[in-house]
Amino acid sequence: MSGGNGQTMGGGQEPLLALHGVHKRFGGLHAVNDVSFSVAPGSIKAVIGPNGAGKTTLFNLIAGNLPVSAGTITFRGEEIQGKKTHAIARLGMARTFQNIKLFHGMTALECVMVGRHVRSRSGLFAGLFSLPSTWKEERAIRTRAMELLDFLQIADLAHVEATSLAFGQQRAVEMARALAAEPKLLLLDEPAAGLNIYETAEVARLITTVRDMGITVLLVEHDMSLVMDISDEILVLSFGAKLAEDTPANIQKNTEVINIYLGADDAA
Amino acid sequence: MRTPRKNISLAALCLVTVGLHLLTAATGTQYYLTQLTMAAYYGLVVIGLGVLMGYAGQISIGHAGFFAIGGYLAAALTTRNLEPFRDAPLVRGLDSLGLLAAGQDIYGAALLTVTPWAACLLAVSLAGLVALVIGVPVLKLRGHYLAMATLGFGTIVYRIFLASPYFGEADGIAEVPAFPLLPALGGFGPVVVSGGAEHRVLNFYVAWGVLILGMALLLNLIGSRVGRALRSLHSSEEAAEASGIATARCKLQVFVLSAVYAALAGVLLTHFNGGIGPSEASVMKSVRYVALVAVGGMTNLWGTLIMGVGLTFLSLRGVFGAHDDVVFGAILIAVMLFTPEGMLSLRLKEWARRLIPGARS
Amino acid sequence: MSLDLFFQYLFAGITYGSIYAIVAIGFNIIYTTTGIINFAQGEFVMLGGMIAISLLEYLPLGYAIAAAVLITMAIGALIEMLFIRWLESPSVLRMIIITIGISILLRESALHIWGESIRSLPYFYGNEITTFNLGSVHISPQVVWVIVACAVMMAGLSVFFRSTPIGREMRACAANRTAALLCGINTRNMVTLSFMLSAGIGALAGCVMSPITYTQYDSGTSLAIKGFTVAILGGLGNSLAAVAAGILLGIIEAFSVSVVPLAFQDAIAIAILLLILFVKPHGIFGSSEAARLKDF
Repeated sequence: MSGGNGQTMGGGQEPLLALHGVHKRFGGLHAVNDVSFSVAPGSIKAVIGPNGAGKTTLFNLIAGNLPVSAGTITFRGEEIQGKKTHAIARLGMARTFQNIKLFHGMTALECVMVGRHVRSRSGLFAGLFSLPSTWKEERAIRTRAMELLDFLQIADLAHVEATSLAFGQQRAVEMARALAAEPKLLLLDEPAAGLNIYETAEVARLITTVRDMGITVLLVEHDMSLVMDISDEILVLSFGAKLAEDTPANIQKNTEVINIYLGADDAA
Repeated sequence: MRTPRKNISLAALCLVTVGLHLLTAATGTQYYLTQLTMAAYYGLVVIGLGVLMGYAGQISIGHAGFFAIGGYLAAALTTRNLEPFRDAPLVRGLDSLGLLAAGQDIYGAALLTVTPWAACLLAVSLAGLVALVIGVPVLKLRGHYLAMATLGFGTIVYRIFLASPYFGEADGIAEVPAFPLLPALGGFGPVVVSGGAEHRVLNFYVAWGVLILGMALLLNLIGSRVGRALRSLHSSEEAAEASGIATARCKLQVFVLSAVYAALAGVLLTHFNGGIGPSEASVMKSVRYVALVAVGGMTNLWGTLIMGVGLTFLSLRGVFGAHDDVVFGAILIAVMLFTPEGMLSLRLKEWARRLIPGARS
Repeated sequence: MSLDLFFQYLFAGITYGSIYAIVAIGFNIIYTTTGIINFAQGEFVMLGGMIAISLLEYLPLGYAIAAAVLITMAIGALIEMLFIRWLESPSVLRMIIITIGISILLRESALHIWGESIRSLPYFYGNEITTFNLGSVHISPQVVWVIVACAVMMAGLSVFFRSTPIGREMRACAANRTAALLCGINTRNMVTLSFMLSAGIGALAGCVMSPITYTQYDSGTSLAIKGFTVAILGGLGNSLAAVAAGILLGIIEAFSVSVVPLAFQDAIAIAILLLILFVKPHGIFGSSEAARLKDF
């Protein structure tokens, strides 16, 4: 399924992200058990499953926060398992966090400007001496960051301290920060957690807009309406293993999936 | 910090510098200039440490070690006689590069030493190199482990200087020559770093000039892309990594930068004082630097500068008497207990409100 | 090296090693109960010795030591109540700086009270040239006092933690503070107790080693570093391993005199510390998972 030596073979054919036989063990706990799947470019794929199914661990494996115990992860034709997080980010992957991780002491604008790090270059020396080469770049970073805040309709909050914003607004800043990197793949960790119906609908609209911009989205989510609404494909995890991988319509009819959520024969 | 505000603050600092000079001239307290000069150099160490601790979030209880590496190396290279080794290939190589100076010692015998400029560059480079080498493993540590490792580093440096005959053992190194920074140009005399009374005003301006320049560079850094990266990694290393920031490399760069600042201060102060002793490398000095950063406010570089220079000046003037170390220890505790964000961040209005019952607005 | 010299070094190593182990155990007690590394640990050792020396003017040796230990324990409790108790979930950095500050205060107070002079308690039995023979090896009785005292303390602590109700409560507090709180254990008092205990064993160690190593206002610092090295070597929180690690460090230091100039002896412990921190910060016996359980 993966494209071999990093050759992209025309839009839409080569999977952007592919996992083969990925395992993760923590001592005796087999958190991720032989998971294989792929994400087609330009699609929205959701990962669902009951709590403890290994969804966040899976994300952390893909993003490089955790090393895999076995298996390979291929992104844009390159194997990334074992690479450092920032190296993977440079390859075009961005993510948001379940418990929002915005930066203390920085405004919303500055947080988003950090997101622009991979698209800019000025180093320590240039920064120290404020070389002219940095002036243009700083302006560009700032402009782009403002555009993103505008896109997420929080431009008026640009100069407010990020960690003092309301929850939904903080989510928006995190999203802007992730988008600032101009990623090919966006990992969203429970983007709708803690949001009400209207905010969730907004998120849904946002994700599809992002997809239409050409960014592939992989999300972990518990909100079924959101998942069923926007996903092209759904991956179901249970106890760390892949239970099903199919279109939303088929997943809804899948009795095994229904059982793990509602509980089948009582194993009391 | 937006640029206009930063420039205004720097300009204000320049004015303060001139103001201090004029003040001492007016009140006939020119001898204060000597302590003010020394305080400025210690201030340079403290602001470098401030960026490391406050922005990159890495504690270092061993920074006096870098100061000492700078100072001791400059002192040793400019005083130790290479004349007996004149024919060694290394010495001849240095000579051909123009790095050596011939002179006479107090007995009139031939003296061959390294020129102050060369010694300065060597000393600062070595300090940077040491920071680079130990920084890689040290910065992987966290919390107490990191603190202990830096403490251990500082102590080893101290012990090495204390025990080595080349570095003068317990007596340190004296008779360090003046450091001619700039030769005489046009109508201006040479700019020399030395402790002589005739150079007092000049050295005051040199020291404060270096401090202001150092501050300007750091302010630039904080407002730059790398500065943002630093601030973000201090706040959430995970999110910083996810944004593509190579956190380990960033921390290392700042560590080396702060070491260079400390070493440079060490070099210049040693030439100013004409000597250096092992106490400059002691743990107490390192703790003092940490205390000054803490009391100034970890993420407040201006606060760090003001407190660093101010308290050091008071200490040098003997205001704390023989209880210098106690005072800094007490400051450390008091700041950490009551105002972990530093004294200048004290919102006095809030405190007043809390202390006066019923005075709720 | 002659057999005699070998055993001299060996016993010197075990002696100093036991002291380091006690300091390390003091670190561990406070660390496991509170998550704090008490940089002032070495000062407790110094205070024990100094106070006993001063009390010697008024009390016989045994009582002077006992009183010194009690006074130091009171000081430990005082420190905890004044500086630590009312902090609300302080950051690691803050705690480090506070305990460093406390260590400085204690050291400078000692300087103020006792000056710079080097003092010592008299040998418990005989004097500095008294020795008894173990085969062909000459050992000072004080060495035996040190080793026995340390062993008794370790055994006592072991019994205390395993069998007494308070000891069990402290262990509960160390394992999971919230759960202990929910069980009705007064965790605040446990913290004070841990400081008192650490201070007490430190003080006693300071007393027994004073005749051999002398006591000075700043003897606490290098002890703290070495004690910490030992604690880390064995894995923070693992007191049994600390004993082994302490003896190991003591022996390495003692034998190093034959290869390295004396002036650099102290640097050896630090070099080992740095080595451990760089290679295996969780100690030879520790595990990274166990260490991660403690908040850092």
